[in-house]
Amino acid sequence: MSETGHKPEPDNATGGRKSAGSQPAFSMRGSLLRKNLMTALLLAPATLWLVVFLVLPFIAIAIFSVGERAPEGGYQAALTFAQYANLPARATAFWNTMVLAPVGALACLLVAYPVAYYLALRAPQRWRLILLAMIVIPFWTSLLMRTYAWMYILGGRGIPALLAYVGIEDLRLINTPGAVLLGIVYGYLPLMILPIYVSLERLDRRLLEASADLGATPLSTFLGVTLRLSLPGVMTGFSLVMILLLGEYLIPTLLGGGKVFFIGNALVDLFLQSRNWPFGSAIAITLVLVSVVVLIVANRVSTRLSGARRVDLI
Amino acid sequence: MRAFVVAVFTFLYLPIALVVLFSFNAGHHASEFTGFSVQWYGKALSNPFLVEALKNSLFIATTSALLAAFCGTAAALGLQRVGARTRALFDALLGAAIVVPGVVIGISTLVALVQLFAVVNPFLAELWPTDQPPRLSLGYGSIIAAHGLFSMALVTMIVGTRLASLDRNLVEASSDLYATPLTTFRSIVLPQIMPAVIAGFLLAFTFSFDDFIIAFFVAGAQTTLPIYVFASIRRGVTPEINAIATIVLCASVVLVLLAQWQLGRRKPSP
Repeated sequence: MSETGHKPEPDNATGGRKSAGSQPAFSMRGSLLRKNLMTALLLAPATLWLVVFLVLPFIAIAIFSVGERAPEGGYQAALTFAQYANLPARATAFWNTMVLAPVGALACLLVAYPVAYYLALRAPQRWRLILLAMIVIPFWTSLLMRTYAWMYILGGRGIPALLAYVGIEDLRLINTPGAVLLGIVYGYLPLMILPIYVSLERLDRRLLEASADLGATPLSTFLGVTLRLSLPGVMTGFSLVMILLLGEYLIPTLLGGGKVFFIGNALVDLFLQSRNWPFGSAIAITLVLVSVVVLIVANRVSTRLSGARRVDLI
Repeated sequence: MRAFVVAVFTFLYLPIALVVLFSFNAGHHASEFTGFSVQWYGKALSNPFLVEALKNSLFIATTSALLAAFCGTAAALGLQRVGARTRALFDALLGAAIVVPGVVIGISTLVALVQLFAVVNPFLAELWPTDQPPRLSLGYGSIIAAHGLFSMALVTMIVGTRLASLDRNLVEASSDLYATPLTTFRSIVLPQIMPAVIAGFLLAFTFSFDDFIIAFFVAGAQTTLPIYVFASIRRGVTPEINAIATIVLCASVVLVLLAQWQLGRRKPSP
């Protein structure tokens, strides 16, 4: 890994630094004060929102996770790690999630990469934007409705009924791990394609020509240049999909039909039905910690292997 | 490779197309299309619970998207004026608001709000002059606030990206010509970022209108359209749901296309 990327990167923060640097031009103190006041006013609503609805709630569940369940449900103050020690009680949910999330993300990746490659490097120019829009639209379309579509297709009156016509009876498709995996690929494919597309689209095509001119086979050009330089996009897509899958609830509920429980199902149960909030909080904190580890590992991998920073999604 | 890409696009769109097709089915079953009919749309729109849920969703999505567009744009403008360290802190928090799974956002907001109400409500009861003090509870407000978190982060990112590519020369020229900061903002900055603000609003609306999991936790006694649809799906699949799904899908497609069109306008790069 000798070539650490010294490419000039597009830096989003430049605008900020520039205006900050122009502050000394205002020599009068009153003007400077007014400027700071304006900045504070602009940032105040967002800060309030982030603190009240992101930071404080997170602190709240962290506190709850070391508490005890009140006899009538809810929370009772305590300082104990009993909730964390109790995590194996939901081992099935953890196991299902920890297997199907990476497998699902990998399946998404395998389907997404060729599509992103085609869109970025092979598609005719006038088709590219249309095809890209056709990827973005499902991304912003209700996951509930899209998962429902598969329930409809895989359910008893869908494909199984059609197959019964040709003599294949009693085939059960819905409420299986396979159906959940299918739903995962269907639901998260657009989210995987977009970051890979972005990283491939930024690829300097002269590198591909240089590689071919120097006698590399198409395969080694792909492995050594294309794949390697698109790794930041791959890792961004993989970690985003993986993290969202760790918290997935709809897909296992609708397509797994109570047979494939995810951590999301355990959380819904603990918060809305059995009202064991401290235990639920411990699970949620564990979930967040696993997500952070996934993000850090993904970031490391893409920095280590490609020498570039990760790509942003938008 | 082209065949594979065609297959993937078919995979993405065929299920949606089937739902739309069968929403016009005269018959009841997914296995056979017995004729064209709009009866399921009529059934869906004459269901009072469904119409109520739809109204709630429209109200919540509009309010949270408006709030997000306003606060997010203000934040993006404010972030241009702060140092690198403050900026990094905000970027991390905004990134967290977008990346943290909806389940976690939902339960943590639920826990925090319930605790907060437990503290505030006795106070209100104490201080209120009459016998019937207002009781804060989960409902519209909590859904709007929780949706607003994601949406605001989204708007901040979209508008921030546009601000970063803003033509600085125009701003400098404007102040060189003795325009006040407010005039410069109104006539130079605002027109350039407006498409991003509108796109952010539309995407925020789409997100809130489609979200199920966050609302599921913080809705209290309220019902949004996705919550209603989820509940009825669990009772059994009916063609009525196909009609609702088609309406929601069409709404999303229109909103996203509008947002993309707005984002594509006046883009400096090709």
